[in-house]
Parts: sequence; C-alpha cells; structure tokens
Amino acid sequence: MSLHQRARILLSLLMVSSVVVSMSACVDDPDSGRADGDTIKVGVLHSLSGTMAISEVTVRDSELLAIEQVNAAGGVLGKKLEPVVEDGASDWPTFAEKAQKLISEDRVATTFGGWTSASRKAMLPVFERNKQLLWYPVQYEGLESSPYIFYTGATTNQQIVPALDYLKEKGKKTIFLVGSDYVFPRTANKIIKAYAGANGMRVIGEEYTPLGNTEYSTIVNKLGQAKPDIVFNTLNGDSNVAFFKQLRSAGFTADTMPTVSVSVAEEEVAGIGPANVAGHLVAWNYYQTTPGATNDAFVTAYRAKYGADKVTSDPMEAGYNAVKLWAAAANKAGSVEVDAVKKAAAGISLDLPEGKVTIDGENQHVYKTARIGVIQPDGQIKEVWNSGQPIKPDPYLKSYPWAAGLA
Amino acid sequence: MAPAGLAVSAVLLLVVAPLVLSPFRLDLLAKYLCYAIVAVGIALAWGRGGMLTLGQGVFFGLGGYAMGMHLKLAEAGPGKLPDFMSWSGVESLPLLWKPFANPVFTLVMVVLLPVVVAVLLGSLVFRQRVRGAYFAVLSQALAAAFVILLVGQQGLTGGTNGLTNIQHFFGLDLYDDADRRLLYLIVALVLGLAYLGVRQLAASRYGQLLVAIRDGEDRVRFLGYDPALVKTVAFAVSAALAGVAGALFVPVVGLLTPANLGVVASLELLIGVAIGGRYSLAGAVGGALLFNYAKTVFSEELPDSWLYVQGALFVVVMVWAPRGIAGLAGQLRDRWARRGPLRPVSYPAGADRPQEVST
Repeated sequence: MSLHQRARILLSLLMVSSVVVSMSACVDDPDSGRADGDTIKVGVLHSLSGTMAISEVTVRDSELLAIEQVNAAGGVLGKKLEPVVEDGASDWPTFAEKAQKLISEDRVATTFGGWTSASRKAMLPVFERNKQLLWYPVQYEGLESSPYIFYTGATTNQQIVPALDYLKEKGKKTIFLVGSDYVFPRTANKIIKAYAGANGMRVIGEEYTPLGNTEYSTIVNKLGQAKPDIVFNTLNGDSNVAFFKQLRSAGFTADTMPTVSVSVAEEEVAGIGPANVAGHLVAWNYYQTTPGATNDAFVTAYRAKYGADKVTSDPMEAGYNAVKLWAAAANKAGSVEVDAVKKAAAGISLDLPEGKVTIDGENQHVYKTARIGVIQPDGQIKEVWNSGQPIKPDPYLKSYPWAAGLA
Repeated sequence: MAPAGLAVSAVLLLVVAPLVLSPFRLDLLAKYLCYAIVAVGIALAWGRGGMLTLGQGVFFGLGGYAMGMHLKLAEAGPGKLPDFMSWSGVESLPLLWKPFANPVFTLVMVVLLPVVVAVLLGSLVFRQRVRGAYFAVLSQALAAAFVILLVGQQGLTGGTNGLTNIQHFFGLDLYDDADRRLLYLIVALVLGLAYLGVRQLAASRYGQLLVAIRDGEDRVRFLGYDPALVKTVAFAVSAALAGVAGALFVPVVGLLTPANLGVVASLELLIGVAIGGRYSLAGAVGGALLFNYAKTVFSEELPDSWLYVQGALFVVVMVWAPRGIAGLAGQLRDRWARRGPLRPVSYPAGADRPQEVST
C-alpha cells in the first residue's frame, strides 16, 4: 500500500472518529431536574430560516418579549426563565429533531413552537413520547387534541365557522374555495362544504395550488367566470401576494370580487401591499387595533423592543399568550412538572391582548372571541363583527350537527 | 479502507458509539449513517462513474415511502386507515396501499422500486449519451417533480406533512431506548455491508471499466464495450442503496416528508460526499457523517446564522480541497512532487485525476 493510500485511510478514519468522539462529549446529565439551578429553561422552536421564517420570526420575537415580561414580574416559582432558541428551518423533521434536543439535552420545562400543521404533526410524537409539553400558537384545522399540546390559536369553530356564520348573515349564497395544497386548506374546505350544504349555500369551485405558487391568472379567470358571492381564501404565505396582485390587475376589487382570508394578518398585508387588499375581509381572533389597555400595552412594548414600524398579528399574540398562560399555570401549580402544570392550567383565565382568555382543561385549547375585520388602506385591520363572547373550543366540531362524519 | 482502518471504524460505530452516546445523540448518529449509506452509492455513481446525480432523494423517497406505507398500515391495524387519510377525507384504503400490508412485498419494493426507476431512466438517458451537466439537471428536475407529485396527492401520501408518528418497526418499539439501540446497530451493519459490497464492485473488472468510461467514454465504446449498460448498472446500484437508506431513515427519524427528498435534500446528500471526497468510498462515508454532524452542531450553537457557516465550510473545502478531505493526501503528494526533483507523477487507478467529468 502506498503512503498516499494510507494517508487517505487515515483522513477518512479521522472524519468518522471525530464525529463519534465529539458527539459523546455532549453527554447530558439525566439526573438534573428541569427546574434546578437559578433559572428555568424554556424552549422556543420556530423557523428562523427557510420559507416560513418571515412569519415565524415574529412569533419568536413576541414569545421572547413575553418571557422578558414574565421575568420582570418575578419569573416563575421565583426563578428567571431562560429561553433556549432553536431553528426549525421550515423543515418538518428538523422540528422533530430540535424538539427532542430541547427535551433531552437542554431539559427545558416546556416548549413554545411551530407554525405549520406539518411541523406540529412532526413534533407531536416527540412530545407524547417524552411526556413533555408543547404550546402551539397558530390557528389550525382542528381534529386534534394531544394531551401534551396546548393550542393557543383558534380551532375551526373559533375562526372558520364564525366566518361562515357572518357570510350567511350577509346573504352570501355561492362560495369559491381557493387554497394552498396542504392539510389546513383541505380540511378547512371539507368543513366549509359541510356547512354550506346544511345552510343553503353552494360551493361552486374549489382550487388548490402548491405552497409557494405565484401564478394565479388561471384561477382569477375561473373566478371571473364563476362570479361567486364570496371567495374563501386559505392560501398561505407568499402565494397571497401573487393572488391579490393578480386579482387586482384583472380589474377586480373588494366590491366586485369579495374575499375572506384566514391566513392573511397584519404582517402579510404589509407584504401584499395594503392597496392591493384594502376592503377585503379577514377572520381572526385578534387585530393590532383590538381595543383594550392590555393590547395597548402589548403593542407599545413590542414596538419599543423591536421597532416603531412593527405590526402585531394574531399568531404573534397567541405565542405571547402561550408564555403568559404557561407561567400562570406553573406559578399556580407551584411546580413546572408536566402533570401539575396541566392540572393547574385547566380553567386558568387571564386578561390578554385579545381579551379574556380561558384554558379549556378538557381539550387544552383556549376560549377565543371570533372577529371579522376589513383591511384598511393603511395596512391595519378594522373589526366589523365579533362573536360577542369567547367561543368554547370544539376541535372535533362535536356540537355542530352538520359536522357529523367530518372527523 | 484497509482492514485495520475498517476494523477501527467498525469498533467505533458498533461498540464505542452505543456505549458512550446518549440515546438522543445515538439517534442522530443513526440518521447520519442512513445518509452515509446513500453516500456510498453516490461515491460509486459520481466518484467512479462520473454521473453527477442530483436526484438521489427520489430513490431515497421511493424506498422510504414503501417502508413508511407498510409501517403506517401495521400501526393502524388490519382493516383500519392510517391517521392522515381520515384527515384528508379518504374513506377506503387506496389500491396502491394494499400490497404494502405485506412485509415481504415491502422489503422487496424498497430495493426494486428505486432500481426500476433508475434502470428506466438510465437506459433512456445513457443510451442517448446524455452526460455531465445535462444529466445533472435532468436528475434534479426529477427530484422536483417527485416532490410536487407527493405533495399533490395528499390522500395517498400525506401531502406536505408526509408520513408521521411511526412508533414500531418490525416488532421494535421505537419509544424504547434499548430497541432504538438495536435499530442503530441494524443501520450500522447495513452501512458496513453496503460499503464492503461497493468496494468489492469497484475493485472488480467492472469497477475498472466504470472508471475507464468516466475518463474516456468514447474510447471505451470503440473498444467494444457498452458504456450505457455499465453506467446504468452503477446508477441502479446507487439507487438501490438510496432506497435502503430511505427505508431505514423512516423508523430512525419516525417520519418521512417530501422535504426529505426534494432538490435541497438531494443536494445535501451530494455535498457530504463532495466534502469527504468522492473518489474514495471511505471519504464519502466520512464526509456524509461530518457534514450532517456539522449541520446539527452549527444549528444548535448558532440558530440565527448557521446556514452561513455551513455554506462557508462548503466553499472553503471546495476551494482548498477540491477532491474533498480524503483527497487531501493526493493533493499534498502532487504539490510535493512538483516541488521535489523531477519525477513522473502517476495516478493510481480510479483515483484523484484532477480533471473533471467529461461532457
């Protein structure tokens, strides 16, 4: 064997052994408790890179703000919270890997994270296997209730169903469904079709485009031909920018082709350009303009920390709420142990930016007030209707006769 | 790798790693080893055969989805539907899924599906003498199309979510640390077999022919050989290895999504091999481990900026060590030879020719 071949083997061996040896250096200490020491570690797991980063970074920011505020108010069990931030990288298996890392290496007391349903579905088995808690802050498609997840965003009966109630009240008869091709729009549209069938409304079109799609002229054409009373838009991310721009350049306005969107908030409106979406409807549970001293304080604190030009949106507020709710539950329980926190969380009620938020102990979702808003030319959203009181979460739509057979 | 080097690696991976690594780190290592299995195949197709394959994710995915479908069916139990189908409004088990209830059929398909696709593609493309960059672009387009297909068929494939929540693997409880250690050992053994098998292949007459085709396809054709056939075989072997790796990846990670096999994922498989050294099988394995480990470490230490560090690492290696880390030895020898007294520079068979893939 030549010297050169030997050197090559040595170099290859060096690569293998350096990985094994340096990995073994990251040994965790299984005996250390999750609340030992002077601080309590909590995980913050959102996409800081990739397509979802633009949305998820804002949620991370509002969660860090909430952690800072909890610390300023004395922390949890008299200890300061120490956030451990990880990047889910818009990649679902990475979310699972980082969740496991937060649990077994950092030994965090709880984790706040996720945005897309796919990232939640990837993390769910990790939290269930380790019997640890995840707080998930985004509205989603329902039909889920993991004992190890708290859902602080809306489920379908707090966002989509009230939006349909509103449309029915306004006399809309024909609906055209436009959505990105993944689990949330597909499930949402299944629910819309069931609702329409039972309420004298008609779905006259259903179109899906891949996530990240930016070519909407065909769909805009179809809309022009079908002339629906309302377009129900479940597009996600950048696709909204293209959709609304092309809708407008085809000559349609909010009067001639009204739409209602469930994934377009203040942050997205800024990206689309307020002029392109002004007058269109959105359905959420919180707007930056939601009245109340708690929200004023939240908006002021957020802008003071991150810049006066920043907007606040529903998912950001739900992430902020998650931190506050967990801290309150842990303080009430006198412990950060999962079972104690879960028990204490049931029925906890806090005054948060969107109003009074109460945790439903049974399905670990929260009571939320549904709000329909109209996008304003200045990029803010003006509320035009709300459900009057917080709606009890019903992820499986058990209390709606027309929804029988959906789950 | 020489017997001594092989023995040391085997001891490190089979004995030392399971003893010293925490269950979480051992899981990660198992995942890296899956990528290393793919790397062995890429080293054969790209390093020896000169086929710059940017679409290994497709074969990885075919093997992975075949295995995932079986595991989801086993999880759901007889007569029941996998969880994602009920979310997607599918009421009866699609025809495509039915045979995957059978474990033997599944294991055959894990290898057969990628091989059939590779042979079809290879015999079409290589016969038309599509080479170099054209082949690379074609294989990459295949990966992009495959992802679009998977995402679009949500009721059949789970869409963007993919197949998630896999808890058992042929009687192993994936929630149990001891069973997971066993799974790790299985992956490590498969990697060892793949390595030995491909090494044997590369050292054979066939392997010599493959290298000859890489360095001068037309000359080999004039000698009376059929380069398309030789290349298709290498491509199919690399596809089979990627399929097996995908099938092992599913129980190791517990899920499989289109993101695992798209354009970016396919590129990352290749980058690991490029860093380690594509002309050396051992280098490719080491590179895959090192690259994926680096990805984990950088993203843990620098969640905000790890992508830049990772990119910089790749650029540094490619600029200073274009033949990868394992190729450093050859590079140093070349330099030394140039500085030393005048002497002939010889290239050992199958390695380190500084020229790139011919087009």
